[in-house]
Amino acid sequence: MKEKTKDGILSIVASAICIVIGLLVGLIILYCINAENALDGFMRIIKGGFYLMPKGMGSEITQTAPLIMTGLSVAFAFKTGLFNIGAAGQYTVGIFGALFCAIVLHLPWYVCLLASMVCGAIWGALPGIFKAYYNVNEVITAIMFNWVGLYLVNELMYTGIPGMYDQKTTRTYKLSSVSPESLIPNGGLNTLFKTNSTTIAIFIAILFAVLMYIILNKTTFGYELKACGFNRDAAKYGGINEKRSIVLSMTIAGALAGAGAGLYFLSGGSEWNPQVATALPAIGFNGIPIALLAMSNPLGVIFAAFFVAHISVGGAYLPTKYYQPEIADLIVAVIIYLCAFVTLFKGIILKALTKKKVQGEDESRTTGKEDEK
Amino acid sequence: MENNYIIEMLNITKEFPGIRANDNITLQLKKGEIHALLGENGAGKSTLMSILFGLYQPTSGVIKKNGKEVKINTPNDANDLNIGMVHQHFKLVECFSVLDNIILGVEPSKGLFLEKKGAREKVLQLSDKYGLKVDPDALISDITVGMQQRTEILKMLYRDNEVLIFDEPTAVLTPQEITELMKIMKNLAKEGKSILFITHKLNEIMEVADRCTILQKGRYIGTVDIDKTNREELSRMMVGRNVNFSVEKKPAKPGETVLKVEHMTVPSKAHDNNAVKDISFNVRRGEIVCIAGIDGNGQSEFVQGLTGLEKITSGKLIFNGRDIAKASIRDRSKCGMSHIPEDRHKHGLVLDYSLEQNMVLQRYWQPEFQKGGFIKSKAVREYSDRLIEEYDVRSGQGSITIARSMSGGNQQKAIIAREIDKDPDLLVAVQPTRGLDVGAIEFIHKQLVAQRDQGKAVLLVSLELDEVMDVSDRILVMYEGEIVGQLDPKKITVEELGLYMAGAKRDTVPAEV
Amino acid sequence: MFLLIKFTLLYAVVLMLVAMGGMFSERSGVINIALEGIMAIGGLAGVFVLALCGDLPAPALVALSILASMVAGMVYSLLLGFSAITLKADQTIGGTALNMLSTAIAIVMVKAFNNSSNSGNGAASAKLNYSNDAFIYRVGPFTINIFLFIGIILLICSYIFLFKTKWGLRLRSCGEHPQAADSVGINVYQWRYIGVIISGALGGIGGFAYIVPSVTTWNFEVGVAGAGFLALAVMIFGQWKPFHIAGAAVFFAVFRSLANIADSTALASLGWSNNIYRMMPFIASMIILAFTSKNSHAPKAEGVPYDKGAR
Repeated sequence: MKEKTKDGILSIVASAICIVIGLLVGLIILYCINAENALDGFMRIIKGGFYLMPKGMGSEITQTAPLIMTGLSVAFAFKTGLFNIGAAGQYTVGIFGALFCAIVLHLPWYVCLLASMVCGAIWGALPGIFKAYYNVNEVITAIMFNWVGLYLVNELMYTGIPGMYDQKTTRTYKLSSVSPESLIPNGGLNTLFKTNSTTIAIFIAILFAVLMYIILNKTTFGYELKACGFNRDAAKYGGINEKRSIVLSMTIAGALAGAGAGLYFLSGGSEWNPQVATALPAIGFNGIPIALLAMSNPLGVIFAAFFVAHISVGGAYLPTKYYQPEIADLIVAVIIYLCAFVTLFKGIILKALTKKKVQGEDESRTTGKEDEK
Repeated sequence: MENNYIIEMLNITKEFPGIRANDNITLQLKKGEIHALLGENGAGKSTLMSILFGLYQPTSGVIKKNGKEVKINTPNDANDLNIGMVHQHFKLVECFSVLDNIILGVEPSKGLFLEKKGAREKVLQLSDKYGLKVDPDALISDITVGMQQRTEILKMLYRDNEVLIFDEPTAVLTPQEITELMKIMKNLAKEGKSILFITHKLNEIMEVADRCTILQKGRYIGTVDIDKTNREELSRMMVGRNVNFSVEKKPAKPGETVLKVEHMTVPSKAHDNNAVKDISFNVRRGEIVCIAGIDGNGQSEFVQGLTGLEKITSGKLIFNGRDIAKASIRDRSKCGMSHIPEDRHKHGLVLDYSLEQNMVLQRYWQPEFQKGGFIKSKAVREYSDRLIEEYDVRSGQGSITIARSMSGGNQQKAIIAREIDKDPDLLVAVQPTRGLDVGAIEFIHKQLVAQRDQGKAVLLVSLELDEVMDVSDRILVMYEGEIVGQLDPKKITVEELGLYMAGAKRDTVPAEV
Repeated sequence: MFLLIKFTLLYAVVLMLVAMGGMFSERSGVINIALEGIMAIGGLAGVFVLALCGDLPAPALVALSILASMVAGMVYSLLLGFSAITLKADQTIGGTALNMLSTAIAIVMVKAFNNSSNSGNGAASAKLNYSNDAFIYRVGPFTINIFLFIGIILLICSYIFLFKTKWGLRLRSCGEHPQAADSVGINVYQWRYIGVIISGALGGIGGFAYIVPSVTTWNFEVGVAGAGFLALAVMIFGQWKPFHIAGAAVFFAVFRSLANIADSTALASLGWSNNIYRMMPFIASMIILAFTSKNSHAPKAEGVPYDKGAR
């Protein structure tokens, strides 16, 4: 068990290095654009939601919930050996599921949430099927399905299904006016934070994170999925239906991303604009840095998601006279780029820590090396 | 000081993080000789040659060419010194032609463009001179292993190399192809090329080599003239003690039939033909049946079909009275089949799982280890600890060691523990000793014989002639997907077995025994 | 019909250039998911030159802006090379990061630029205006943009480079079997960098070619709206071969053009919106992928970082 804790600490340190370098790059950019206000701007990013209490904190929490879900989606896939770059598409399709059930069918929020999960699950299962049965790389398929999903959702919401698109606001109808019963209860959080979209969604997201942690680490189902992720051939040899496992992994990942869309849009956080939306929603892609920062640990995802939400809320408080809120996105992107090196950072730290220890272990490993070829 | 050594490697030491692969080794190669480098798996032969070829740099030590000290930092340097190497795993680009592979790195160009005409002529000339038959325009993926090897040799000759390194060149060849290669090597030496020949096969050394340098666990043991030595001495120097090559065992007492294979056909992934063609045989309790053959004659496909990793086209697999031809892998395992796979890293282990997680890979779903979908981690730990104890699996941290960090021998022991402890009726062991040292090999052979003596049926698939002759009670030879001979190891010579394996001799084998 | 041909050529050249960029990178062994980002950065650099140096004579402006897009693409692709080749990091993650980074960089730079030119009066937009007259020639009833010529020249050059020169042979060997390449003294790292940088140059030009000829204002918030990913599909569809890619690019471009002209032609009677046409190339490539995956011509070693020390 000691080894595990050590590895955990190492992961946290490596992630912290990524964050610090990413923030430094942000600071440098602030200086380049406008040196005078750079420090003030930087502090606003660092303070995030705390800059404008309690409203800022409220919107930070609102954003964290979907980010936890897309982060979980990517992390869960990672743990089972798949790279779910398709979280953005699954999220988009999830939006449709939630809003269709809410605006058109006026169903209660939990049914709408379930609908968003089902939609996301379908969109996740498709790349899984392609991977398992046609051996097509899930990254390529998921990218394709991201765009298909986006165009499909835009088509359905704009003209395909009447009654979803509000000509006046050029967005989908506001839930609070057309279907208040579909809004996730706020449990007093709205009053607490003086916002109108802070709901119990955050608790639901955390619950999902805990659930995923248990599934992955304590159950035979998790054992099977992880075995497939580490070594598909060995899993098959062990009698696990590896094709089914791949499809299930992607289905669950898709459901998580879809639920993220449900949690966000059913909180009344935003409406969808099918006319202008020609790019995939950032919340979907932000699942990737969150999963990486969390080293794919479902519990770590909670904190990583809070961090990313914190930074982007902070970015929104930058004085637009001098700065662009997208600087926050830039910082996040730099962090993912660095995340690709996380194992390298870990290696360097580990080397520095265990320099002396290596010699003692020499003897025991001598025999093994040669036949690793 | 004058000497007639073309290459000298003096006091070479190479350390990798955590191991010393070469420890103060000296090797001197005379011009025009065939010099064998002998040692077990893990003795450091490949490392030493990689140093000479510029793939690694020695931690300390000196390399001299014709008496002058040289530094070899890259394969380019080695090439400049006219040193060439045929690697154990060929370094050929599969989708390139033979000619493209030969010229890669030293491409003749005219202006900006490739100019292959002159190169083709030179290749054909060389191929004539040394009897290395190749088709320059064929793709590597379409030609035989033997021709691939000839392409590798031509690669060296095309570069006018004088020192030729052969890394375990016979491992993939049939006995007849081996004879052919020996002839080519002698031919090359006669033309003044100096050859370094890495192997662990004593027969081949006795046949072609002039001198032999022996390594043991990374250390230099000595250099001997082949004229003045014999097999026994060489083998003693190689393993450091007298090895009892034969496996001690009582005569087999075969019982009832456990597995009956009837007209089994398995398709091939590599080509359109079937890899296994209509084979029939059976395996009984209390005997070790060995499937022998040169690599790539359908053994792997047969095992995959038998264990359920691949679908079979037709035929029946009657296992304990039930046809399992269409059963799932899990079902076959439940019926009492255990499988020690050919590739322990690909199939046998989830390398990133801990040892205990690997120990239950075949059984995690049994009520003993799970309840309502939740894994009983305490039961898993106890079970794993017991197997580690019983089978002497050594690892850094016991049950929680990550399988990847264990040595190959101990990884294999873990697999064997897992498969044997399932108490199977049939144990399918595919090349169970591949890449292991003598100690581990002995252990595994003993386990196989013990299983047989307990009345289990053992089906062994092996490429090693010694293993085939020593361990088995009955030999089935596979050639091009068919069973071409059923032999009794006590009544047959290795040479005769070789003829069967090469397809030069065949009997009609009765399906019933 | 003219309109259809016009749009098809417009998109086909872009997709072909970028897909060939991807081909060079993957042939050398590096998966290039970052094409989308490279396009955006290349387009950004070119458009900036247009916006800043609009007074230059037309030929100089064309040359300078194209050069800028190329160089920007190359520099940006170095980031991918550094992470994928030198640091041996996961190529997909690195590429994804660069895609996200590109949009952020483009928005921040354009907004900062607009902000300074209107002296900080309120929130700036991410749009840039420019003139594209210098790029377009009229030949009879056709309007042809310069990228068509550049594209055809680069297509032929790419084919010759890849299959008729020793450099092509070496680059391909690094993507198929880097250990073999290394054993005959080919510097795998160097050739992979070359592959990635060529892909940056082609991707950069492609991004510029996507933006400039068709419109005179561009909103950088959308990046290049998925064109880079479409090019990735074109590359797979084209089996990593230059002329196949050109064919695939035309095929995909037809669908894309249909989306543009659907409303104004007889196709409008079908009642399909442009969203459906936009979807089609992606769906088509998925179907093709599923059917061809069994005998894919993908470079064997792509996506696997080369580690000299590993045995």
